[in-house]
Amino acid sequence: MTTAAKPLLSVRNLVTRFGRGRGAVTAVDDVSFDVGVGETVAIVGESGSGKSVTALSILRLIPSPPGRIESGQILFEGTDLTKLSEREIMEIRGNRIAMIFQEPMSSLNPVLTVGLQVAEPINVHRRKPWDAALGTAKQLLGRVRMSDTESRIRAYPHQFSGGMRQRAMIAMALACEPRLIIADEPTTALDVTVQAQILDLLKDLAQGSRCSLILITHDLGVVARYADRVVVMYAGRVVEQAPAHELYANPRHPYTRGLMASVPRLDGDTSKRLVPIDGQPPNLARLPAGCAFAPRCRQATELCHRERPALTETGPQHQTACWLEAPAHV
Amino acid sequence: MTAIEQANAALDQEERRHPALQFLGRLFREKPFGAAAGVLFLIFVFAGLFADVLAPYGFNEINPIQRLKAPSWAHLFGTDNLGRDLFSRCLYGARLSVIIGFSAAFLATVISVLIGALTGYIGGRFDLITQRFVDAYMSFPELVILIAVVSVVGPGMPQIIGVLSLAFGIAGSRIIRGAVVSVREHMYVHASQSIGASTSRILWRHILPNIMPPIIVLFTTRVGAVILVESGLSFLGLGVPPPAPTWGGLLSGSGRTYMFQGPWLALAPGLCLTVVVYATNVFGDALRDLLDPRMRGSR
Repeated sequence: MTTAAKPLLSVRNLVTRFGRGRGAVTAVDDVSFDVGVGETVAIVGESGSGKSVTALSILRLIPSPPGRIESGQILFEGTDLTKLSEREIMEIRGNRIAMIFQEPMSSLNPVLTVGLQVAEPINVHRRKPWDAALGTAKQLLGRVRMSDTESRIRAYPHQFSGGMRQRAMIAMALACEPRLIIADEPTTALDVTVQAQILDLLKDLAQGSRCSLILITHDLGVVARYADRVVVMYAGRVVEQAPAHELYANPRHPYTRGLMASVPRLDGDTSKRLVPIDGQPPNLARLPAGCAFAPRCRQATELCHRERPALTETGPQHQTACWLEAPAHV
Repeated sequence: MTAIEQANAALDQEERRHPALQFLGRLFREKPFGAAAGVLFLIFVFAGLFADVLAPYGFNEINPIQRLKAPSWAHLFGTDNLGRDLFSRCLYGARLSVIIGFSAAFLATVISVLIGALTGYIGGRFDLITQRFVDAYMSFPELVILIAVVSVVGPGMPQIIGVLSLAFGIAGSRIIRGAVVSVREHMYVHASQSIGASTSRILWRHILPNIMPPIIVLFTTRVGAVILVESGLSFLGLGVPPPAPTWGGLLSGSGRTYMFQGPWLALAPGLCLTVVVYATNVFGDALRDLLDPRMRGSR
């Protein structure tokens, strides 16, 4: 990578697998990417492409059994998270790396007040007593632009709207001033109008504290607006990775192009029909020998079906895993 | 005031009342039968607690002249072969049942929650092995195990409480485990893992409050079950030894021997037992229906 400074997080050849024997599913297959300090990296892909499993692997939250991190390194501030003991990784969770889940409706505990839940990371990691932690929680709710924080901290999650709950989740994620926030589809369950507010807020707060952000999404509109760099995943592998503007100007992988063609654009020709990607995502338990996208790819050649393409440099900071882009092929 | 304003005012009033009062209101409105059972249950507890104040005679006060008298105003439940007042003896029996019922049911619930929460949350091999022991235990008829264990540790109140709480605790752990397994998969449990909360913190702060309804129901129904089993043991002479007037002891002692000369001797403790156990079960059912959101609206 050409990032001048040392990256904050560096995922190297991560493999996460579920199950054993013939039914084993490789959800994340040889994934590598970096996240620089203060950078926002988007991981894009459809359902089952392994983006959420990648995120959960970083915090070692993969349910085990059946899941496990098979190989690879996850270097965060120089330490390999895969090597840490359970106690050590618990010190990182919510403290150095925080996570925001996609379902704000169910990620807050219905029987505890919002204040207690926002204050909990402070109580866990800073070992502050509850009343002091609740005071900080009140300030945090103010930072996520909630009004009337005095009564909000005593409210229960069912008294909050979806957007407010996601704000509370953001406040909880910010509680210990983490270096990295992983947001797993933070806005999929929300109204379109609220989505932009939440993402703007998240981006502002992350930038304000030089905190890095991993944004997991399938919404290319979100990616274009908020991400610095994009990692496109398909069937558990990284198929393309580039700075956001470069990717939009110059998508190389047929899958990335397909994704872009299937999203309506205001500045394009609105009279044309959208082009869908044919077929369905492959069964991860029975992946084809060659490129996983080949069965759905219109430009696939015999080589694509036979051999798996490696991620190769195809432009400035731009890598693509496709035979059509490989110099030898041309 | 418009109709909407009135409705809002009524709602406000409802909101302003204490949650416990709201719950009592719902109990009486939606489950009148369960509420009646609850009242009976309270009477039983009250009778047990204040037995020494309420009882007109001592439980061992012998009066040979008044032996085997039928129920009358002087002796509400009649007298036994030694002229002891059966009403007083039943009241003192209620006290023993309250003490044993509540303490054993409480300990049993604690044991159930400990085993159930740990196996349900940790899962994996630990869950598999522990629950096979529970299976093995549950495959025996309960009374057989109890008789075997009590014959080893000997009769007496502390032994009975210990044995019963262990026996019911193991059996009830399966219910708690089921509740924990369903709560464990909720997003907020994953969220609390993601903030670095320890297993004990997650269990205590996030899972336990969410499984309170099954715990409360388990406890109330266990009170009835413990009382019934304790009576069974006392009936067999393995419970609290005489002269303590347990209901089971009353049934097997004078009740069985003098059933034909004085049927009230068997009827009175038998009815006490039936009514109390029935009331706890109906009350527990009503609580479950009210506390379980999925059962809301059904009768």
